Amino acid sequence: MNERRNSAILLAAGVLSAALLMLHPHGTLSLLPVLAVMAACLTAKASRWVQGVVLAGILVVAVPMAGIQNSFLFELGTQIGIYAALALGLNIVVGMAGLLDLGYAGFFGLGAYTWAIFGSPQANELLAGNHFPLAGWPYFYLFVVLAVMVAALTGVLIGLPALRLRGDYLAVVTLGLGQVVRLLANNLDHPLNITNGPQGISPIERPPIGWLTHGLDTLGIHVPPVLGYSIFFYFLVLAIAGAVVLISTRLDRSRFGRAWVAIREDEMAAQSVGISVIKAKVLAFATGAAFSGAMGAVFAAKQLFVSPDSFTFLQSITILVMVLLGGMGSIRGAILGAAAVTLLNIEILKNLSDSLNSLRQSGFVLDLGFLRYDFASIPSQLEPAKYERMIFGLIIVLMMIFRPSGLIPEQRHRLELEGKE
Amino acid sequence: MTLRPLRPAERPRPLGEALLQILPGVIIEGLLLGCVYAMIALGYSMVYGVLGLINFAHSEVFMIGAIAGAEVFRYGQPAAPNTFVLLAAAILVGGSVAGLVAVGIERLAYRPLRRRTSNRLVPLITAIGVSFFLQDLVRLIEGLWHNEFYLNYPSCTPIEHPVKLPLGTEVQVKAIIVIAVAMLMMIGLTLLVKRTRMGKAIRAVAHDAQTASLMGVNPDQVISRTFLLGGFLGGVAGVLFGIMFTQVNPFVGFVPGLKAFTAAVLGGIGSIPGAMVGGLVLGMIETVGGTYLPLFTNGAVGSEYTDILAFAVLVLLLLVRPQGLMGKASSDRA
Repeated sequence: MNERRNSAILLAAGVLSAALLMLHPHGTLSLLPVLAVMAACLTAKASRWVQGVVLAGILVVAVPMAGIQNSFLFELGTQIGIYAALALGLNIVVGMAGLLDLGYAGFFGLGAYTWAIFGSPQANELLAGNHFPLAGWPYFYLFVVLAVMVAALTGVLIGLPALRLRGDYLAVVTLGLGQVVRLLANNLDHPLNITNGPQGISPIERPPIGWLTHGLDTLGIHVPPVLGYSIFFYFLVLAIAGAVVLISTRLDRSRFGRAWVAIREDEMAAQSVGISVIKAKVLAFATGAAFSGAMGAVFAAKQLFVSPDSFTFLQSITILVMVLLGGMGSIRGAILGAAAVTLLNIEILKNLSDSLNSLRQSGFVLDLGFLRYDFASIPSQLEPAKYERMIFGLIIVLMMIFRPSGLIPEQRHRLELEGKE
Repeated sequence: MTLRPLRPAERPRPLGEALLQILPGVIIEGLLLGCVYAMIALGYSMVYGVLGLINFAHSEVFMIGAIAGAEVFRYGQPAAPNTFVLLAAAILVGGSVAGLVAVGIERLAYRPLRRRTSNRLVPLITAIGVSFFLQDLVRLIEGLWHNEFYLNYPSCTPIEHPVKLPLGTEVQVKAIIVIAVAMLMMIGLTLLVKRTRMGKAIRAVAHDAQTASLMGVNPDQVISRTFLLGGFLGGVAGVLFGIMFTQVNPFVGFVPGLKAFTAAVLGGIGSIPGAMVGGLVLGMIETVGGTYLPLFTNGAVGSEYTDILAFAVLVLLLLVRPQGLMGKASSDRA
């Protein structure tokens, strides 16, 4: 009964918020209801069908319709989608299998460089002739697949030795390996120029999207190429993220999903009931790496530029914060966490910094007689956007102390982390 | 980290002779770096001994020591009679501030977790969060205080005078100071742990916390003191690091922290002499590798690969001998 009522409310709220967004695509205030409804879809007890329909309706219909007038929505959606896929990948490794991987951004970088090197003139440094960049129809998509394979293979190669180690050692080894990827990207410009060093690689080719703009033209919608690419990447990322959600869900409910839980809870016991521990761990590691690699290649094409700065330790921790915030092992949680942290990063902190700046430039002087404060003297060091480490650190510590199972706890983890057995 | 580039004029000479000639300098630099690593590694190792936790925030304890030391120089330089007195004050203040911060971290972040969960990942992740939080907190404080967060240690003072050593090598006074202070601290720590009641309590808790508490040891108190000791050593290492490299900032702890952890594992984590040996060995490997790799490969593989070298050592070691050089073999250690 309750569930039915919730479903009805959700559906109504979804339709209303979507209509509001399409009518007023530029207002921040019209974005809020849509975000709230999507968050509710992930958390509320309601019919799965309704949740799915509302989410799909907003993501496939409302956001693109509004986005044609306000392309920032595509940018936001694409960023959230990329991070959601990354968080889901890390969720398999950290959440489901209980392996703390602190070098996760390294796989992202591997995927990004896989396309960056061959999708730009950079590869001419390595191979004779002038065959690069690889532009044209199938190449980009082939390289997304290749990036998946490269990342997964690297995951297996690193995992086979590293996953024999117990949890906390694994954390340090993966942290070190993540650094090694960055250091290699930074230094492999000599003796042979593979990565172009700290300057990074640019410009990187994007796949041709004539078919998309033509298609939209026949529908009577004329979009300039820049907007065309925004639309293209939004839907590409949405499709990949959707596939990642599907794969995660299926894996979670598979034999391997149960093996991961067993290993996480008690490795020795898991081994003694016949679970091939190394195999299951390597599978988790490689799957997570594969998701990261795919998004890396997409990211390279989207940004037109990659450099070693795009996959630092901070990046790995950002993704970890998403998983922790949502709840380790929880698929809905990882998505919610990715959305929340991305919004925090590119919307909220930036806006707070902007308003602090305008406050400073307003020249307003607070004068209470006994207290006098000139707003122009607000130190620029206070800008919230500069303190993402502090904010992430605080989120981590507070979550671990007060709600270690996250915002949307996965049931089995809740038992384990909060001791309610 | 700082390496002497070989001047091109030295190339035509026989390689062997050139290598030998720079060897004493390389060894001293390796020793310097090794001492700093060893002192940080002790903090990791002692905390791991009593809690079984990799204290990721220890690299920030080190950083806070370095920053506090720089502040002492900033405010003390105009007033102090003598650089050596100032240096002693910086070491004391840096160590104390870092030690107190370490105790605070344990009290505020780790202790609440100990009561609640036995999950191993939770404290580890918390430690990473604390580490990130402290980096930006120090940046914020320094930013508001001085409007910049790069701090300088003094250079061109009496501590940089060159001294001739027997084999014809020249070193600066500060190199001798760093090595001497580090050695003294490590000897002191060894005596403290081996000879005093407090040291006995620390060893007892590291061996078996539950049984120790049955024998009348208060584990919480012992853990606090372990953090204080480890933090003090880390803070002093920070000041010594600042004296060597002259510039510090709130993010300076990350790489030395990771290296020092590598050193602690190298020596056998949980073992105090192991941490010292591991630090010295890693410092040597890094300096020797960083100097000779470019020479042997004719510049193709430069000194920028020393960091990779250190991680490669860590990975190889964990695979071949996870208990470290001096650790005890144990089935659940790795």
